[in-house]
Amino acid sequence: MELFWYIVLMIMLTVYIILDGYDFGAGIIHLFFAKKEKDKKAITNAIGPFWDANEVWLIAAGGVLFFAFPTLYASSFSGFYLPLIMILWLLIFRAVGLELRGQVHNKLWQLVWDKAFGIASLLLALFFGIALGNVVRGVNLGMVTDGSSTHEAHYFFLPLWNPTFSPTTEHLGIIDWFTILLGLVAVVALTIHGANWIIFKTNSDLNHKLKKTIFKLNLLLLVLVIISLSIWHIIEPNPFHNFIEYPWFWIFPIITFIGLFGLFKVKSFKRDGLGFLFSSLFLFGGLTTTVASIFPKLLPSTNTVNPSLTVYNVAAHEYGLSVGVYWFVIATILVAIYMFVQYRVFKGKMDDVGYGEH
Amino acid sequence: MEDMIFYDRMQFAFTITFHYLFPQLTMGLSLMIVYFKWKFLRTKIDKYNDAAKFWMKIFALNFAMGVVTGIPMEFQFGTNWAKFSELTGGIIGQTLAMEGMFSFFLESSFLGLFLFGEKLLGQKLHFLTGFLVFLGSWASGYLIIATHSWMQFPVGYEILENGKFVLTNFSALFSNPWLMPAYLHNQFASIITSSFVVAAIGAFYLLNNKHNDFGKLFVKTGVIFGLISSVLVAFPTGDWTAKNVAKHQPVTFAAMEGIFETEEGGSEIVLIGQPDMENKKLDNKIAVPNVLSFLTYQNWNAEIKGLNEFDESVHPTNVPGLYYSYHIMVGLGTIFIGLMGIAALQLYRKKLYKTKWVLWSLLFMLPFPYIANTTGWYTAELGRQPWLVYNLLKTSEGISPTVSSGNTLFTLLGFIGLYLLLALLFLMLAGKIINKGPETSNQ
Ligand code: HDD
Ligand code: HEM
Ligand code: HEM
Repeated sequence: MELFWYIVLMIMLTVYIILDGYDFGAGIIHLFFAKKEKDKKAITNAIGPFWDANEVWLIAAGGVLFFAFPTLYASSFSGFYLPLIMILWLLIFRAVGLELRGQVHNKLWQLVWDKAFGIASLLLALFFGIALGNVVRGVNLGMVTDGSSTHEAHYFFLPLWNPTFSPTTEHLGIIDWFTILLGLVAVVALTIHGANWIIFKTNSDLNHKLKKTIFKLNLLLLVLVIISLSIWHIIEPNPFHNFIEYPWFWIFPIITFIGLFGLFKVKSFKRDGLGFLFSSLFLFGGLTTTVASIFPKLLPSTNTVNPSLTVYNVAAHEYGLSVGVYWFVIATILVAIYMFVQYRVFKGKMDDVGYGEH
Repeated sequence: MEDMIFYDRMQFAFTITFHYLFPQLTMGLSLMIVYFKWKFLRTKIDKYNDAAKFWMKIFALNFAMGVVTGIPMEFQFGTNWAKFSELTGGIIGQTLAMEGMFSFFLESSFLGLFLFGEKLLGQKLHFLTGFLVFLGSWASGYLIIATHSWMQFPVGYEILENGKFVLTNFSALFSNPWLMPAYLHNQFASIITSSFVVAAIGAFYLLNNKHNDFGKLFVKTGVIFGLISSVLVAFPTGDWTAKNVAKHQPVTFAAMEGIFETEEGGSEIVLIGQPDMENKKLDNKIAVPNVLSFLTYQNWNAEIKGLNEFDESVHPTNVPGLYYSYHIMVGLGTIFIGLMGIAALQLYRKKLYKTKWVLWSLLFMLPFPYIANTTGWYTAELGRQPWLVYNLLKTSEGISPTVSSGNTLFTLLGFIGLYLLLALLFLMLAGKIINKGPETSNQ
């Protein structure tokens, strides 16, 4: 049962990153590349009718985490208190920027909300990468100092940073050079992803330029991925142990690289959706590879006193997990239907949706 | 430790109070928009479709506010109430996860279609998407109230040795006797909010002598919906919820009603008075003898235990706050019935659109349903104190053990600043939409 919910949760989080990821990416493109009003409109049209439903994947994943793994939910949400609340604030700015810019026809007003939307998207991408970094690196569970826990074994609290910015000391912070590195990977990957979405959903003048940009960004992404992989052993001395134990896990890194290399060919694609497919594969592969490498851990402990949080020691009770399956299956079928209808109605290019122009 | 609890509570209270300002309009207004759309399909009179389109603009803005302030709510169980989440997550996590899966997906997928898909979909399907948005928001209310009901009246659980609550009976969460009365009460209360908003905007147009056709339509629709929902909120649903409290939380009931002493031969109903906690009595009281006993037990002489009969350790932590909240809600409810009754009478006599003082009253009533809804929730929440899960888990035992008070104060201040900005933007933009008024389609 725990395993079932673990897989469900990971799928939901991955879907969230793939879907809302293109919104963040579009926001970053909006911030750095969209100069003309027409380009900006194209971008908001491409994500307008979707972003809210995409964000629901985060809420729903949060709900499933709460119900299936309450101890992990409690421990990680209180431990990562500050960044989580900041993510909430950024999500608010993102939404407000997107929804309100069209409500008043005034240059300054639109400039302010454009920047709010763009900067919030950029920071969100960075924060989600940093979050992933924290999960892989682990935390000081039980807040051990001098060999003994100062709190219950599964609670912790991290400040935003510590002066050393080192991922290997006893005094960890949310931001250190390792998590920042993953943050950068996320920013670049999601920018590419967002660009692909815009190419896929619009006929804007930007498309041609974006294809070139994707190529360059993809080179950068490749470099960042190689750096991350080559320093991974600092965080996890034995990074391959799971891939040796469960050889089929290799499928995840393979998918990642298919995605990454597919993206280099973006300029020659005949169909505009293909680039989006490859960047989705990259995100899917990257996330699954990372969580697979620490499985069954969900949040590793960096001390030797308290055990890591794993799929097995944070789950809710058996009965609740089993009844949950019934309603979850029904709900999933419904969600699939909604998504089908939604993407069906808004299929093809969306340049004329007129988003936000009431 | 005290500070930690205090800031956590302030943050939760502030953010949920602000959040709930929006869903109450969402739920009620979606019903009224569906009504306008339905009228249009039946009569093919453009006015109804234009009315629906106008309210959809307000709805979209309001909905966006509900969404952005709702997400922090979901996260805060984990960030600020970690111990509570850890211990009860196996139970309330069920209903909260169901809310995400069943209602938020429904609402958010079809809202986009509803707002931007009229041309693509055609009128019938467009009506359907509106209906689905309505359904989603009401399902969300249902699952939230189910969660809330479990905290007021826990059912279907077992407590393990390590203090964790585990679910033993899923269907008990939904057959909880607290749930249906509270849900219906709350939903009618949210229809009240939307009716008063619609009527107030209508009155605004009539008094301004602008958009008169729409003004009449809005006032009429608002008054009819408003009268029905105001009556239903008080009776039977308010009555049911009050009886539940009397039965399952007698201390809370005594405090809510301001009854300090048990009276032989039946209790009076307090209309006005100020609780004096130092001397355990009610000052300057105006009360009607025996009515409370009758309302609660249909027996003029039934005994109702006074607050002084319970040990102080089980008293609600903020008796005056609880008492005032409850009396404000009930008092406003009475005024709503009165005003809507008069307005409906004038409507029936075909004089409403000319009776200036009623139109002015409708306009000025606009904020009061919000106050009634908020004080209603304060009644429920303050009444539950000092418990998080009634009789089982104290509020002080539910907070996050590792989050320091300085950090909570920081985020509380951040929320206050951010929400003030949101409130300003909302008022400004809603004002703009209202001032511009509905547009008539010229077909
Ligand atoms: C009885 C009604 C009611 C109450 C008491 C609450 N809400 Fe709410 N909430 C709604 C009714 C609602 C709604 C009408 O369904 C909203 C408004 C906009 C929306 O999307 O749904 C909503 C929005 C909303 C959202 C955003 C959904 C989205 O993105 O579409 C979240 C995460 C929550 N709520 C969570 C909560 C939590 C955790 C609450 C309790 C502490 C809470 N709400 C109280
Ligand atoms: C079903 C949904 C709700 C749930 C699950 C819920 C849960 C909680 C929790 C966990 C707390 C913190 C502990 C405490 O201090 O009591 C709380 C407090 C509070 N809630 Fe709710 N709440 C809900 C809805 C609401 C709504 C809609 C409002 C108001 C509009 C509200 C108003 C408050 C207030 C004012 C407090 C602070 C109480 C105090 O300071 O003593 N709640 N609630
Ligand atoms: C006129 C008679 C009314 C009575 C007798 C009444 C009764 C009650 C009672 C006893 C509660 C507390 C339930 C609990 O502890 O959970 C409550 C809660 C509440 N009331 Fe009322 N009420 C009345 C009018 C109103 C009005 C006019 C509104 C708003 C327009 C309103 C909105 C609410 C809300 C939102 C809650 C909290 C949610 C809930 O638990 O249902 N009530 N009401």
